[in-house]
Amino acid sequence: MKLKQNQLYTVIALCVIALFVVVADHVFDPFILRVFNLCAIYIILALSLNLLNGFTGLFSLGHAGFMAVGAYVSALLTMSPQSKEMNYFLAPIVPILKNITIPFFPALIIAGLTSALVGFLIGAPILRLKDDYLAIATLGFSEIIRVVLTNLQTVTNGAQGLKGLPRFSTTYTVWGVAGLMVLFMVMLMRSSYGRAMKAVRDDDLAAEAMGINVFKTKVTAFTVSSFWAGVGGALLGHQITTIDPKMFTFSFTFNIVLIVVLGGTGSITGSVLAAILDTVLMEFLRFLDEPMDFLFIHTEGTPGLRMVVFSILLMVVVIFRQKGIMGGKEFSWDAVLNFRKKKAQNGQTDQDSPDKSSPKEGGRHA
Amino acid sequence: MPETILSTQNLTMRFGGLTAVSDLNISIGKNEIVGLIGPNGAGKTTAFNVITGMYQPSSGKVLYRDQDITGSKPHVITQKGIARTFQNIRLFHGLDVLENVLVGCNLSIASGFFSATLHLPGYRKRTADAEAYAMSLLEKVGLADAAHKEATSLPYGQQRRLEIVRALATRPTVLLLDEPAAGMNPQESLDLMNFIHRLRDEFDLTIFLIEHHMQVVMGVCDHLYVLDYGVTIAHGDPATIQRDPKVIEAYLGVDDAGNK
Repeated sequence: MKLKQNQLYTVIALCVIALFVVVADHVFDPFILRVFNLCAIYIILALSLNLLNGFTGLFSLGHAGFMAVGAYVSALLTMSPQSKEMNYFLAPIVPILKNITIPFFPALIIAGLTSALVGFLIGAPILRLKDDYLAIATLGFSEIIRVVLTNLQTVTNGAQGLKGLPRFSTTYTVWGVAGLMVLFMVMLMRSSYGRAMKAVRDDDLAAEAMGINVFKTKVTAFTVSSFWAGVGGALLGHQITTIDPKMFTFSFTFNIVLIVVLGGTGSITGSVLAAILDTVLMEFLRFLDEPMDFLFIHTEGTPGLRMVVFSILLMVVVIFRQKGIMGGKEFSWDAVLNFRKKKAQNGQTDQDSPDKSSPKEGGRHA
Repeated sequence: MPETILSTQNLTMRFGGLTAVSDLNISIGKNEIVGLIGPNGAGKTTAFNVITGMYQPSSGKVLYRDQDITGSKPHVITQKGIARTFQNIRLFHGLDVLENVLVGCNLSIASGFFSATLHLPGYRKRTADAEAYAMSLLEKVGLADAAHKEATSLPYGQQRRLEIVRALATRPTVLLLDEPAAGMNPQESLDLMNFIHRLRDEFDLTIFLIEHHMQVVMGVCDHLYVLDYGVTIAHGDPATIQRDPKVIEAYLGVDDAGNK
């Protein structure tokens, strides 16, 4: 009975979200729509990193590298020969890539798969490392990817980057893929693979003793995470229509890490909420970087002041709410209903916290 | 003498200059309950770690059903049918009680990645079976009501039992228990003895356990091996061990004159 009710709520919520996306596509002005779509892309990126950092306990700092791979592969596969010719004025593009132009969706999948392959090849050796060592190794590989992209002049057009990518990342595409990603994560985390990943995160020795191939589990998580990072990177490229290696520096990875920590490592809901919050704030706090007049105080424009605000935000979260917005819990209807009930009763018997009731049931995509 | 299930041949483990386990020769028959005892630092847990593949032995062999499993990876050894628990409880704190047991069931769910993430029918069926099995295990130890509680929120004794259940979920033939009675009072230890006996009969198990509680060891074990500084100083049935002068010396010590 109750489960059915929750499923009904879920269906209604999904319809409302879908409707909102449709309405947004029609009524938002281009700037706001761009921010709105960026939210979806950041949801994909945050969830793919959370799969590693939050669910498998692998502290990776190499996300930008995999995004770059996806963005470049998809760009090179979808750009028209003319626009490639315009881009490659320093050195001509390698012949095999010159005339390839395939539709967007196959290109997106190939971008993800290429990124996954790179992730697999990098992951297989470095996943023998743990904790900080792994973080440094992933960071190093991400930088290597960036340097390689900068120097493969005839393939990637080097530091000039690529301009005039087809604008394929429409509202429906990015939110569609984001929805798919959320669904994928929910399904994965409820499967035996998700359980194995969480077991490895909590205690890899015990996981091994339970017959779980720890190394294989880690490589699987790393590869899958790279796949989605590649897809996210590709979508990003097709949204801003310009990519260059400088886009994919460590500060981009840091931004994604910030979202994951802010939302709560190991919480799908948290990553979604934090991705939206971060993207929206990032755009609307832009005025901080510009010259300001506040009563008698006049400040010159300080590029990067936004990041100071974000760093402070991160510190506040780390100090006061170490487990992030969602604290590792997931959204559930029972929690919402209990919370409302409790509010109605106003303080009678608040023994168990609302999230605790049954965090596994009636999730957003139950 | 029943068929030998698990045995070691001259198993030795050195850490630098320290020989933690030296020439360990054990032989455990089917459905036996065998104890490994010895003072602190005698190398008991190290022996367990070598048998379960957590350490690579310096020399010697581990045989499981006449098959050499020396140096196999821990998960492979578990897959073969040797499960273990830990001295310091190692539950998955991010998972609830049922999920902890289900991790042990993962072996029987074994599905492809896509079959699992898409929840295809074959996967669903195996998962449903595994969940039913996990619940039946929890019912047997009286943890069914706690199935959806956080594993680490359980009282200590129940956490210990959960660890055993989790190991049972891998459907082992040999169960290695590392100090199952640690931190238990006499009554709890008594219950545990009965529990271990029941496990052996119900799941057709062979049990190898490390224990400090003499009462438990003497009451439950068919055979005992006594380690001191990595060396096997005695083995035999509990009554013989209790009278063995070497064992008494190891536990109580002797003075310079050799008086006990």
